[in-house]
Amino acid sequence: MESDKKLIGRSELEKLFSQWQSQGTRILAPKKNNDTIDFALVTTLAEVSLDQVQTVQSAKTSVFPRVEELFSFTSRDGRVVIRERDRNALPATVLFGVRPCDAAAFAALKAIFTWDSPDDLFSARMEKMTVIAVSCARADAYCFCTSVGGGPGATAGSDMLLTETGPGEYLAEIVSEKGLMAVGETSGLRPCPANVNKEAHLAKLEPAFAREKVAPALARLFDDAAFWAEQSLRCLGCGACAYVCPTCACFDIQDEGGGSGQRLRCWDSCGFGLFTLHTSGHNPRPVQSQRWRQRLMHKFAYMPERQQVLGCVGCGRCSRACPVDMNILEHVRSITEAKP
Amino acid sequence: METLANIARELLAAGTVQTVIGYGHGSGEAALTRTHTQTQARAVFIRDVAKAGSLIFDASCQQNLAVYLMKPEVRRLGKAALVATPAALRTILQLAAENQVSDHDLLALAVNGQGEVALLATLAAIEAHVAALDNDLKPGEIAELQKYAALDLEQRRQFWEEQFSRCLKCYACRGACPLCYCSRCTVECNQPQWIPVPAHDLGNLEWNVMRAMHLAGRCVNCGDCSRACPVGIPLHLLNQKLISEVLDNFDSRSGMAAKADNAMSTFKPDDPEDFIR
Repeated sequence: MESDKKLIGRSELEKLFSQWQSQGTRILAPKKNNDTIDFALVTTLAEVSLDQVQTVQSAKTSVFPRVEELFSFTSRDGRVVIRERDRNALPATVLFGVRPCDAAAFAALKAIFTWDSPDDLFSARMEKMTVIAVSCARADAYCFCTSVGGGPGATAGSDMLLTETGPGEYLAEIVSEKGLMAVGETSGLRPCPANVNKEAHLAKLEPAFAREKVAPALARLFDDAAFWAEQSLRCLGCGACAYVCPTCACFDIQDEGGGSGQRLRCWDSCGFGLFTLHTSGHNPRPVQSQRWRQRLMHKFAYMPERQQVLGCVGCGRCSRACPVDMNILEHVRSITEAKP
Repeated sequence: METLANIARELLAAGTVQTVIGYGHGSGEAALTRTHTQTQARAVFIRDVAKAGSLIFDASCQQNLAVYLMKPEVRRLGKAALVATPAALRTILQLAAENQVSDHDLLALAVNGQGEVALLATLAAIEAHVAALDNDLKPGEIAELQKYAALDLEQRRQFWEEQFSRCLKCYACRGACPLCYCSRCTVECNQPQWIPVPAHDLGNLEWNVMRAMHLAGRCVNCGDCSRACPVGIPLHLLNQKLISEVLDNFDSRSGMAAKADNAMSTFKPDDPEDFIR
């Protein structure tokens, strides 16, 4: 559908929140907890924090929780009975206050989870979710959405995008049927006058590298062990980068409960030494430099090649979360600038 | 600062060491979404005399660089000189006591808040240097522990349940910890599975408690676990509590000597407790 532009005030947004509440829709939004701001269940707009550049964790938990039951099982007298999750019991969700980079990340997640055999739990969650993003008025040194095809006011992946045009006043771009449904019959939405200049309210962020250069440079550098060793010497091999990443989708399967229990899907990371360790004892990626290379290859070469989508949206979370300052923007730049 | 770079140059030029593990300028901007301490310096591995000038030491240099002594890629660089904060010096001694480093592996460039550098060429020299430092918990740290000690059991349980509920099991705490060097961590043993893998309540509780207990009597209170945690869990509180317990019960401090028995993993036949016999 063609984007529908409205003006909406904070009081109308509050009405929307109570409307969603009354429909039994859960609302996930950035919320301050201790010293960190992350997505959490909220009931009112007042609980939502929108001043931060970014939440620590991404919004992927809304469709790919860090632990998720795939099915439960009981075993009796040698017979195993499997009980599937009830897809209808998955909650209808409004994801409110994500940044445009996070909204764009759902395309990458979707590409992975529907690649060959579609993951129906993921798809059911996606289907039941409405994404309402808020444009970025400022960026920090870790942001690079404009280098990977996004932008501080990009609508890709959102059902509605809000841009603050004045104190408590938002330009609402309704870009999908879901966005239209989320607004419903709420009164107080005004037509957007022609003189509203969205661009003026967005962060200015110059592209930092040419993204078409990354995959060819990676292909050239693949066998340059010294290059990767140098890039990753200080990497500790933890999973902080992968776990805060909005597109990292690797998971591990764990059964819990012995004879009767659950099969769980848990986050995993290619940065861990055990990630590729075979039962035989052989590990095709035995050193951290190969694992760091894999992280970049997967995002900037394999995903574009296999799924026609970049595995990075430039949110900068991995760089902010890294305990040892592995800055992905800096690394990708050095890859594009490496002498052949 | 100049002194540090000069010492590094001399050590590299003379071939005394092959690499200087120190601090250089990091990305430069404090993260805006995190309010807990984020270092702005980053680890650098200087192997070229011409690059020694990029070494820095200031208040932002907090990472315990001794973590890199256990990293195979870094070990392969050859003998190292390590820019070492007091906590890193104690880590070196603790690693030596656990037979993980020995005298010929490294030199320490001991640095302090005043910008002074001391070249410590042997473990004995590190021991003498550390002995002259104040190695006790700081008054502020003790006061914070007392605050939690004043809570009743239920309140403490609630506090940690809430904290651990945010744990992602990303293992940044383990990665950042120089004393978490097991090539196969207990959490990765699955025959049998000691610690549940999923980051659910039980998995998170068991993981964090297991890690704290494994560090009891060994942790040198560098604080890197808390600094590394992306979701801001105050893991240092667990370690500091155990440091004070081990000190009170065994009169033992970790990282004071290159040859030492660890309070929690040493058995003496004349142990006055009879449950152990």
